[in-house]
Amino acid sequence: MVDCQTHFCPGCTHGTAHRLVAEAIDYFDIQEKTIGVCGVGCAVFMYDYFAVDAIEAPHGRAPAVATGIKRVQPDKIVFTYQGDGDLASIGTSEIIHTANRGESITVIFVNNTVYGMTGGQMAPTTLLGQKTTTTPSGRDFRNDGYPIRMAEMLANLEGVAYSTRVSMHNAKEVIRAKKAIRKAFRMQIDDMGLTFVELLSACHTNWRVKPLEGQKRVEEELIPYFSLGVFKER
Amino acid sequence: MAEKILEKGNIALAKGAIVAGCRYYFGYPITPQNDIPEYLSAEMPKVGGTFIQAESEVASINMVLGASAAGARAMTSSSGPGISLMQEGLSYMAGSELPGLVVNVMRVGPGLGGIAPSQGDYFQATRGGGHGDYFNIVLAPASVQEMFDLAIKAFDLSDKYRNPAMILCDAVLGQMKEPIILNEMKHERPPAKPWALTGAKGRKSQFLKTLYLSDGEQEVHNLELKEKYDILRKEDVIFEENGLDDAEIVVVAFGTVARIVKTAIQIAKEEGIKVGLIRPITLFPFPAEVIRKTVKKIPRILVVEMNTGQMVDDVKLSIEDKVKLGFYGRPGGGIPTPEDVLRHIKVMFDEEGF
Repeated sequence: MVDCQTHFCPGCTHGTAHRLVAEAIDYFDIQEKTIGVCGVGCAVFMYDYFAVDAIEAPHGRAPAVATGIKRVQPDKIVFTYQGDGDLASIGTSEIIHTANRGESITVIFVNNTVYGMTGGQMAPTTLLGQKTTTTPSGRDFRNDGYPIRMAEMLANLEGVAYSTRVSMHNAKEVIRAKKAIRKAFRMQIDDMGLTFVELLSACHTNWRVKPLEGQKRVEEELIPYFSLGVFKER
Repeated sequence: MAEKILEKGNIALAKGAIVAGCRYYFGYPITPQNDIPEYLSAEMPKVGGTFIQAESEVASINMVLGASAAGARAMTSSSGPGISLMQEGLSYMAGSELPGLVVNVMRVGPGLGGIAPSQGDYFQATRGGGHGDYFNIVLAPASVQEMFDLAIKAFDLSDKYRNPAMILCDAVLGQMKEPIILNEMKHERPPAKPWALTGAKGRKSQFLKTLYLSDGEQEVHNLELKEKYDILRKEDVIFEENGLDDAEIVVVAFGTVARIVKTAIQIAKEEGIKVGLIRPITLFPFPAEVIRKTVKKIPRILVVEMNTGQMVDDVKLSIEDKVKLGFYGRPGGGIPTPEDVLRHIKVMFDEEGF
């Protein structure tokens, strides 16, 4: 990682997610052969924080961009880092078909149930009843549909080698997340297919709660709907 | 000796791309360009290349973007509706200064339109098409030979300027067969790409981006892009001119229409009317200078297009008001005949009382 101050809000777990990815890169000693693809949103400044080659993809298109990079340089380790607005909404087509082709890339998916950078609008992952700036009375399935479970959905595809959901709300879960990310990169090194790690994350700024309350909310409200676990492992 | 063969326009273009060193094709089916992906799906593996049928044109252009970022010559091809979906990607490619080739075998529109030939995407191609302040390099072939040659030229220009290039042709050029010479000598080697993402080995990590949030940063970036477009306008304008020395009237037309105009010029000559032709081959940069110079001598211009009037705007910007400017266009799959063109030439003379 680059030694600098991030733009993330104090207490945001994006920083933790970044660190876990960087630790996996160091663990396998692949910094010189890793290429990152950033999504749009809070994830976009990834190239300022990782000391690896990186590109900024159009919103939702990171898996398609990663496909192009990996096909040209199959010996490199390619990962995307995308939020839920990016991957689970505008980019559903790209992630599903990239996964279905079994592209040998790793997808780091940060799910905090809102559009963070644009100010906390409803995401496809927003929980029922959750108030956001575009669901002022709470998300109602009759108008807005249901929160999408991406890790489970992708686990159904043959091209996916590994699909898991982890959380970062306490130290124990961070260690589990670290192992999951490491496994995802290991399986890419072994060219096993697409690996997908969904990280539950708090966005206390847009949830309008204190950082610690945010972590508590992940545990008490997100995990009962977005259950943790491995949904596919080849 | 270069080989001479009888070839279909779409296939000639695909062959040109392979000669240019393009080894990555990403595309989605749409008529009338399906010969290109079908041919390349069989040929790419033979030359160590990659062919992917993408899930959409949105994905296709982003795969081109990724492959280009990784340093490769990459392309996609489509037609109207698909090209519209690629505009987002083209804007990002121009913004992050990535080369790559997009082929638009034009069909009629708007909307689903139809598969008949058209030149209705001229504005979309030459004005950038996507959001932001940028241009594509746009090349317009008028023969099967040029489908081959300009595919190579497009890659060379695209790499030279680190800017996406587009080949703007239509169903006529894509589907017809003509004898062509596979002139491999024209191929320039792709330049070194030190900016490509190849892993930070033996150097600092680097990145490609389009987001510039700091004060004034985006303006500097836009002005740098403009500088490239200015050099393009100065150094890489390509056009064909014919019979301008003694012409009484000049017709400006590109692509398929220019061929029809040539026949009209022949008939006119037999009737004693001297007609010249300016055929823009680069639509961006537009050959404004040759038009400006020509009308000083011959102040009579007819623009013929297969649309309701698009390139005619660029011709207007190249001339002064006192020049007599006529326009004849047929949209929606209507193809002008040489006799139609000749009639419009004669109308211009009649109006002047010749």
